Amino acid sequence: MKSLRLFFVGGLMSYRALFNWLSPWIFVPTFLVAPLFQILLFAYIGRAAGLESDRFYVIGNGLQYVSLPCVFAMGNAITGERWQQTLGAILATPARRLPLFLGRAMPVIANGVLVTAFALAAGSALLGVRVPASALAPLALVIVVSAFACTGLGLAMAAIGLRVREVAVLSNVVFGVLLVFCGVNVPLSSLPGWMSTTAEGLPLTHGIAAARQLADGAGLGHVMGLVAGEAAVGIAYGVAGYWLLRFMEWQSRRLATLQTA
Amino acid sequence: MLQPLIFASIAFYVFRAGHKPGTLLYAAIGAGLMGIWSSTLFGSGGAIQWERWQGTLESLIVAPPPFILVLTPLTVATATTGLYALCGTLLWGRLLFGVPLHLAHPFLFALAIPVTILSLGFLGLVLASTFILYRNANALSNLLEYPVWLVTGLLVPLSLLPGWVRPIGWALAPTWGVRAIRAAALGGRPLPAIGLCAALGAVYLLLGTVFLDRFERLAREQATLSLT
Repeated sequence: MKSLRLFFVGGLMSYRALFNWLSPWIFVPTFLVAPLFQILLFAYIGRAAGLESDRFYVIGNGLQYVSLPCVFAMGNAITGERWQQTLGAILATPARRLPLFLGRAMPVIANGVLVTAFALAAGSALLGVRVPASALAPLALVIVVSAFACTGLGLAMAAIGLRVREVAVLSNVVFGVLLVFCGVNVPLSSLPGWMSTTAEGLPLTHGIAAARQLADGAGLGHVMGLVAGEAAVGIAYGVAGYWLLRFMEWQSRRLATLQTA
Repeated sequence: MLQPLIFASIAFYVFRAGHKPGTLLYAAIGAGLMGIWSSTLFGSGGAIQWERWQGTLESLIVAPPPFILVLTPLTVATATTGLYALCGTLLWGRLLFGVPLHLAHPFLFALAIPVTILSLGFLGLVLASTFILYRNANALSNLLEYPVWLVTGLLVPLSLLPGWVRPIGWALAPTWGVRAIRAAALGGRPLPAIGLCAALGAVYLLLGTVFLDRFERLAREQATLSLT
């Protein structure tokens, strides 16, 4: 019961705490307007270069944008505690760490799903991209799994954030890396071999590939391998992030460096 | 430092995959200008916000020197800092993607760059002067990055955009700056674009002076100068 309360109530309160700075004036431009322009920019770049269709860029960039709320918010959910000087209090409690960290992840995933769903819907409407109605539910599943995978990466970033001063800068770099490597705007087959190989171990690569196949009319069964791959990547980063957080916590207690970086 | 290289890399891969390798220098210059705009936008918008957070904005405004003389060097400096982006993307393109760096008009290329930087700096002054009124200037900065990249033809020819977008782009310095630099590098007539860029810079300086005086007075009257 305590773990459930920690998971749901604690996670929700942590997410609401983000809004001490994430006001609607920042939320709307950053999470709703910016992705539309990212989609438009790359769709027109694609037209200028004669590469791929508008649908390619809408799906790729719409799904890639899930990484912004998931990676940043998950990172800030932990490192923000340090900035607020409450991290020590949280980690001093006997609360179980798994529901504590997973509870913070759930609202982040939900936010990521909403941002991506909006970006895909609005981007498709602006560019006249049509997606089969039968693909909508499987697409929603792919978005959720991709958000989960990016949140796993965000958890790993949060652990690193306990060691470095500016995790926001690192998150920006990760956002850019995902934009280049994961087949968002350039087909994986057109990237150098080492980049497309690296992309296999990053969130979004399998999710974007699955979403594009669904938008082209493929059934969910056809892309389950890709969805499973995306989920596996998310689990791997999540597990690594969780244990890295536990290690950082242990080391910070031992060296008395919890509130410093 | 990395964002210009990331966007330049995407542009290179997209244009190369689209089998238009001759456009790589075109893309490199556009990506460089994207970096200059981002530096100007976040530097100029963030300058006011930073002074506000530090509690020094009021001191700067009530100090004897006109605030325009304090703010203008700052915004021009942020645009100049973005020069790294142009140099970085050209070098990155040359080293990793084999982008040829033969300049058709080297002297005009050397002229186009500082004119563009100065004009963007004065555009930053216009932004900074309006951001004085707003508590969440950083959010406005986020809002203006991608749209300006798109409507000023940095990586997308304006001919591909809807007709109603083009007049918006014509009123923005990056449009003429990128045209001037590209014409100087790839061949063409850069002088008209350089002239228009310089003229726009003068207009921005005038607008910035008027706006700063008006909005500073407004912020004082409404006592919102230090609000965050």
